[in-house]
Amino acid sequence: MEPIFLVVIIFYLLSTIGYLIYLFLQKDFLQKTGFYLLATGFLCHTVELGYQFVQSGQFPASNLHETLSLAGWTTAGVFLLLQYKFGLKILGVYAAPLITFAMLIAARLPDVSRETRNLLNNFWLITHVVAIFIGEAALALACGAGLLYLLQEHAIKSKHRGFFFKRLPSLELLDHTGYACIVTGFTMLTFGLITGLIYAKSVWGRFWSWDPKEVWSGITWLLYAALLHQRLTFGWRGRRAAIMAIIGFAVILFTFLGVNFLLKGHHGEFTRM
Amino acid sequence: MGSKWDIVLLGLNHKTAPVALRECLAISKDETSIALKAFQELPSVREVMLFSTCNRVEVLMVVQDKMNSVDAVKLFLSGLKHLPVSEFERSLYIYEGDDAVRHVFRVAASLDSMVVGEPQILGQIKEAYHMATTTKTSGVLLNKLLHRTFFVAKRVRTETGIGDNAVSISYAAVELGRKIFGTFEGKKVLLIGAGEMAELAVEHLIRNRAGDILVANRTFETGVDLAMKFKGQAIRFDEIEDALKQVDIIISSTGSPDYVVTRNHVKGIARQRHNRPLFFIDIAVPRDIDPEINRLSNSYVYDIDDLQGIVDENVEDRNKEAIKGERIVDEAVISFRHWYESLEVIPTIVELRKKVEEIAKGELEKTLHAVKHLSSDDIKAINRMTEAMVNKILHDPTMLLKNSGQLQDKSVYLDVTRKLFKLDE
Repeated sequence: MEPIFLVVIIFYLLSTIGYLIYLFLQKDFLQKTGFYLLATGFLCHTVELGYQFVQSGQFPASNLHETLSLAGWTTAGVFLLLQYKFGLKILGVYAAPLITFAMLIAARLPDVSRETRNLLNNFWLITHVVAIFIGEAALALACGAGLLYLLQEHAIKSKHRGFFFKRLPSLELLDHTGYACIVTGFTMLTFGLITGLIYAKSVWGRFWSWDPKEVWSGITWLLYAALLHQRLTFGWRGRRAAIMAIIGFAVILFTFLGVNFLLKGHHGEFTRM
Repeated sequence: MGSKWDIVLLGLNHKTAPVALRECLAISKDETSIALKAFQELPSVREVMLFSTCNRVEVLMVVQDKMNSVDAVKLFLSGLKHLPVSEFERSLYIYEGDDAVRHVFRVAASLDSMVVGEPQILGQIKEAYHMATTTKTSGVLLNKLLHRTFFVAKRVRTETGIGDNAVSISYAAVELGRKIFGTFEGKKVLLIGAGEMAELAVEHLIRNRAGDILVANRTFETGVDLAMKFKGQAIRFDEIEDALKQVDIIISSTGSPDYVVTRNHVKGIARQRHNRPLFFIDIAVPRDIDPEINRLSNSYVYDIDDLQGIVDENVEDRNKEAIKGERIVDEAVISFRHWYESLEVIPTIVELRKKVEEIAKGELEKTLHAVKHLSSDDIKAINRMTEAMVNKILHDPTMLLKNSGQLQDKSVYLDVTRKLFKLDE
């Protein structure tokens, strides 16, 4: 493992610790510390990925180690943007550990470089991968906002309030943030799927080849499309939207990892260990 | 050494005196200024301030002869309020020194209040102090003490959660609403019925920039009057169902024996509302709002017991936080005592001498270090000259301070000396 990778993990880990202490003590400086540590980690991570790209001459998404690291990086980036825009401080308590977790697993996996086939340097492919990852990062955060929503809703409905009531923001803010995440995530996912189709056409001569990952991506896309449709036409919000966001992310996780381990297909090698 | 001045406080509060007695002794603003002037006439009283709220009457003094002053104040209050001393004597507490200081700090920090953490008391003390400064009955000691008091009270408020949580039903309801809606801006409120608590809740919401207010009352005229009060709009009782489509917060307080809003009312309109959240605050007994509504998604119902439960919990939290407040007060009492003790003459004279000598020594060393050609005799001569200068400069101030016991107010001179020479740093 490169030393810089270790530095990245340490920053993410410290950020996680900062956020967890913030959860208990509720001091604002802890949350700020967590945020800046994460931002620093993200910058180092960017440098690390850039270095990998230049070094190997191919986009760093060729094995599970690299894709997990890329997932961590995009999640961190999307989280930082979201935090900047909505100021949903408590979301860091979810995002920082999630990113750290992905990175720790990535660190445990061997980083064996594949033979360069220049397959990964196609413009459409890079756009496809980046768009999908950003979209999935946003949807991961939507899942976080959904979880927090359910916790807070339970605190209010059950009238027992308890640990989370004070610590979590209003239902409105959680719902709103979750919605913004889903809109962003869905847009990027759509864009990613389209570029993926174009790429498939250019390489295999057809847009769609019923590869399991393609199928599951389609299912994921339909799921979120349904959620957005319900929200826009019937005002599906709150609890139902939160649950859907969580289910949606579970499907994404399956599409991202499960499909590769359980089913076969041409996406397989990118997440091979 | 001159005679010692003591800080003495006497008073009574909600814990020592029943409300009937507190009413009899409550002192109005005009009476306060008369009282302050009268107290100042007493030969044994140097400084004095007085504050009176519905929960307490307190006289804070700097005196020379505690017993005499306390008796004089009692007599004066008795005369002012036409109440024999024996009627209120047993309810009085008398503190001096550290205890008096601690009491003032605790009162201002709202640790001694009936509702711990209530914020008004600090303002009331500030007003009383302002009164004392304009009547010119406060001096060095009270000025210092009160400034410390304001500082301590602010610290307790910011560093503990003593004032954090709502301890009244209507505030608790508003706090809950904040956890649902985030902000009340543009949120529409429907008041069903009338009643003090319900109206108070509406007022809180308006203060938090809630949007339109609708008022529904069985007697339409009453509704119109209430609506005028809130600059809202009155609707008829049978229009409630329709109004549910547009409002966000419903506060209900009617005498109706049955539910005014039922589960089916709300279920039917959810779609038309685009599932926007609805928050019901039910202050009525028997209840107005069907509790089953709480099970519908995006609808929240809190009845009076739920709200009372929150209030009780919050009071408990405040009492826990108050322990931290007591620690801050204890620290402040110690630091005030240090300042107070520094007002004794001797330490000030010693510190003053030390400071001037150090300056002289430092400058002498610097000069001698730079000028190398002096003989040892020259150096001795310069040393002697410096010493003589220090002594001559310090002679008059020292004499003045030593004789200050005969002066009007020793502490003024000491305080000025300490400030002029920055002896407290």
